[in-house]
Amino acid sequence: MALLSVQNILIEGIAACVPQQKEYTNNYSLFTEEEKELFVKSVGIIERRVAPFEITTSDMCYHAAEKLIADLKWNKEDIGCLIFVSQSTDYLLPATSIILQHRLQLPNTTMAFDVGLGCSGYVYGLQLMASLLTSGQIKKGLLLVGDKSTLSTHFEDKSTYPLFGDAGCATAMAYDSTATPIYFNSQSDGAGEDAIKILDGAARNTVRDDTFDIIEVEPGVKRSRRHLALKGIDIFNFALKEVTPNVHELLKFAAIDKEQVNYFVFHQANRLINESVRKKLKVLDISKVPYSIQHFGNTSSASIPLTMVTQLKQKLQEQNTLLLSGFGVGYSWSSCVFNSKSIYCSDLIEI
Amino acid sequence: MISLDEFTKQLAAEFEDVDPNTITPSTNYRDIKNWSSMYALIVIAFVDANFDVQLNADNLRNSQTIKDIYDIVVAKQAN
Repeated sequence: MALLSVQNILIEGIAACVPQQKEYTNNYSLFTEEEKELFVKSVGIIERRVAPFEITTSDMCYHAAEKLIADLKWNKEDIGCLIFVSQSTDYLLPATSIILQHRLQLPNTTMAFDVGLGCSGYVYGLQLMASLLTSGQIKKGLLLVGDKSTLSTHFEDKSTYPLFGDAGCATAMAYDSTATPIYFNSQSDGAGEDAIKILDGAARNTVRDDTFDIIEVEPGVKRSRRHLALKGIDIFNFALKEVTPNVHELLKFAAIDKEQVNYFVFHQANRLINESVRKKLKVLDISKVPYSIQHFGNTSSASIPLTMVTQLKQKLQEQNTLLLSGFGVGYSWSSCVFNSKSIYCSDLIEI
Repeated sequence: MISLDEFTKQLAAEFEDVDPNTITPSTNYRDIKNWSSMYALIVIAFVDANFDVQLNADNLRNSQTIKDIYDIVVAKQAN
C-alpha cells in the first residue's frame, strides 16, 4: 500500500502558464445550442486555452519556472532536481526535463527526469520530489507539470475536443527541517488502460497504414488512432468508486480530521465528477472546493496547481491544511494532505 | 427503496427543458428530448448520489427504459 509520509518538505511557491488563445464552448460548432448549455452547466467549461503549433508543454513550463525562480529569488545553483511530469513531451527522446535543465540554465549537478503521468501526475510529482529532498542532501527541487492535450484531440470528437485545455505549471519545493509531514496515498489500476488512450505513435503500435485515418467511432465521435480516445462513463465510474476511499484512508493515516481541511483541490476533470466526489466526501461548504475548470477546461496534471494559482492565490499566503487529489488516465490516482506554510503564487502567465 | 413512480419523477427532474409529466417508467430514456452522452453521466451521478449504486457502461447499454434503470438499481442494492 503506497501510504507514505514525507518529512522536512516545504512547498515555497507555484507558477502557472497558459496560452493566450481561448476557445469558447459556445463557439463549438458541433454542439447544438442545447448541448452547449448542458455542457457549460454540467461539465462546467465556458472557455479553455489552446496552444498554437509552436508552443509545447515544455515552453509553458519553462516560462512558469523562470517566473517562479525570479519571484522567489532562488539561486539556480541550489536546484538539485528537476522533474517534468507530462504526457506531451517535446520528443520521443531525450527526456524533456533534460532539455529544460539546459534551457533554464540550471547547473549540470541537477538531476532531471520525466514522469509519464496525466491527471494524477501533480500529486505523484510532489511525492517523488518530496522523497528526493527529504534527506536534506538536495536543498531545492523544481517540479514542472502540464500537458498540451489539445494536440491529441480531434475537432470532430465531441467527447474530447471541448474538454481539454493546455497549461504548464512550476512548483518550487525545498528542504526545511521545521516543516510538518506531507501524507500521500497513491494508487494504480491498469485494468483501466483503455479508458483514456492514444493507441498509435509509441512503441506498441508505432505508425501503421491506418494510423491517421479518421473514422466515426459513434455519432459525434470521429478520430484517428493517433488521437486521444476517452470512455467517459468508465472514467466517471472509476472516479466515483475510487477517489472517496482513497481520501478517507489518507485522512485516517494522517490523523487529520476532514473538518480541519481548509481546501480540497481536485483535479479539474469535469464539474459533474468533481461535484459527485465532493458530495460523497460530504464536504458541504462549497467554498472549500475551488474550481478553475470554467476558464481552462481539463488541463491534465496542471489542473491542481493552476487552480491554486488562479483561485487561491491570496488564501495560500496564510497557513492552511490542504488536500490535493488527482485521478484519471491509467487508471492512476493519488491524494496528499499537509499543513502548508505560506505558498507564494506568481501571477498567471499568458504566452 | 422508493417506488418506481417516485424514482421516475425524481429522475425526470434531472432533464432540462422537459415536461416531467411526459416521462413515464416505460419511456425509453434515449428518446427524451436532447438526450446525449452527457445525460448518461447525469443519470449515473443521480443514481450514485441518491441510491449509492453505480451504473456501468454495460448497464446503460443493456437498458432501454426508466424502469430498466430502476430494476438495475433495485438489484444492485440487494447485492
